[in-house]
Amino acid sequence: MRVWIPSGILGAWALLALSVYVLPLSPNLIQLEHILMPPGEGALLGYDDLGRDIGERLLVGARTSFLVAFWVVGLSALVGTLVGTVSGYQGGWWDRAVVQVIDIFLAFPGILLAIALAGLLGPGIENVVMALAAVGWVGYARLSRAQVLSLKHREHVWAAEALGSSRLRIMTRHLLPLMAAPLIVEATFGVAAVVIAEAGLSFLGLGVQPPDASWGAMIRDGTRYMLVAPHLVLAPGIAIFVVVLSVNLLGDRLRDAMDKRLVTAMRKDQ
Amino acid sequence: MLTFIAHRLAGALLVIFGVVSIVFLLIHLIPGDPVEIMLGEAASVVDREALRVSLGLDQPLAHQFLAYLEGLLRLDLGSSFHSRRPVVGLLLERLPATLVLAGMTLVITLLMAVPLGIVAAMRRNSLWDSGAMSFSMLGVSVPNFWLGPLLILVFSLWLGWFPVSGREGFGAVVLPAITLGTGLAAVLSRMVRSSMLEVLGEDYMRTARAKGLAPSRVIIHHGLRNALLPVITLLGLQLGALLAGAVITETVFSWPGIGLLTIEAIQSRDYPVVQACVLLISVSYVLINLLTDIAYGWVDPRIRLGGGR
Repeated sequence: MRVWIPSGILGAWALLALSVYVLPLSPNLIQLEHILMPPGEGALLGYDDLGRDIGERLLVGARTSFLVAFWVVGLSALVGTLVGTVSGYQGGWWDRAVVQVIDIFLAFPGILLAIALAGLLGPGIENVVMALAAVGWVGYARLSRAQVLSLKHREHVWAAEALGSSRLRIMTRHLLPLMAAPLIVEATFGVAAVVIAEAGLSFLGLGVQPPDASWGAMIRDGTRYMLVAPHLVLAPGIAIFVVVLSVNLLGDRLRDAMDKRLVTAMRKDQ
Repeated sequence: MLTFIAHRLAGALLVIFGVVSIVFLLIHLIPGDPVEIMLGEAASVVDREALRVSLGLDQPLAHQFLAYLEGLLRLDLGSSFHSRRPVVGLLLERLPATLVLAGMTLVITLLMAVPLGIVAAMRRNSLWDSGAMSFSMLGVSVPNFWLGPLLILVFSLWLGWFPVSGREGFGAVVLPAITLGTGLAAVLSRMVRSSMLEVLGEDYMRTARAKGLAPSRVIIHHGLRNALLPVITLLGLQLGALLAGAVITETVFSWPGIGLLTIEAIQSRDYPVVQACVLLISVSYVLINLLTDIAYGWVDPRIRLGGGR
């Protein structure tokens, strides 16, 4: 029950994001006679400051956040896990260098580095993905390295080494499957962080370019008309909030489930 | 203790050097020619070359880096492209606003998080507990660039209690501080709760109760004091994230601090100012972490004597 509701919301998010490719939408159609009109007939969520349909723009914004989340989490997890796993397993000077780089990246708090990168690279969805992935890989690298360090002296790894398995085989067959659970939890929370970060960059004017829609850019445009038309800010804000809340709830559940499995596994060991 | 501090200091210096290198390299990431972007296409070749030389961009990269480092040591961060004023002066002008905001945020965060966490731990599995934890979940999930406008809508536009934006009067800091503090309070209240739950089961708590102390005294003097140690560490770690969050919050409220300066500089392509802001925020973060680390090692000998991490 408590897993199904957030999962359903996230499924709907993905479906709505993909529906943009199929539905006959005109999110950029300017209808000056409808400017700032509240929700009602014609448009379920009303019209924005240029008389564009907010519901349709919300759908396009869903696609933006979904694509950015997909690519950023995918790229960061892939690169981070690769770097962290190899570094932790190899050890030596290479590992020390990687740790130093990780520490340096972690010294930039929050999305500060992404803001600077996106600002310097210029607006555009590709640059947002690059900026966020350049910051995002570090978390996965640190986590997978720590996991490898705790796993690589397990007996089954020694056995595989003694049998002459290649390093690649040990990493992919004997280490990665055991690291998957925490990495999946990290990636789940990562989706929430990226959705907020994308919207934040777009809010600052560093994200997608107009006339393309993003939930963050919609909030920024709406703040100017808050007294006369609060629905401009409410609709995209609720969308972000619901998606992020669902991801966080799901992440919490996942973590609890994995923790329980871990505890029972440890009890069996004893 | 001295070796411990020296160890940590050396690590922090290494990290700061890395941060400086990345911030220096940022300007070289700009696609195309920065000089052309700054001057526009209409500028003459002579003007472009003059700017290139004055920025030192005609020198080899290593040379530029050394010059940048040397400037840093003299606290010379170059001058703004727009106002032509030294960047350090601009930063000093904006720093007080950010410090006021950060301090107020800290106060509001603690006022929200500590009582919530304590109540949730004392009345575990009650409505209070689930209420506090729901607040925590909501607080983590609400983005501050949405919470800010919502607060403005309700408390400034409808109720008229606080100014919409800017830094006029004492009330102006309240809404930005709540906006910035909610996410942090959400994380902290969870930490206070779990830390308090751990402490509540300790023998000395039972002893304190058994010798007949008033419940409030047991909780505050015996419980909270012990429970706050991990909370303070988390607070130190999160303080940097707070500085980064200030970039967005200051933009929402037009609060004239370092964060707003960063965004203004990005929008006007004032690269030396962008570099300096990023550097200032990151180095403050490293230093806050260093201080937290040292304070923690000072309080808890196990960490100091454990050596390294």
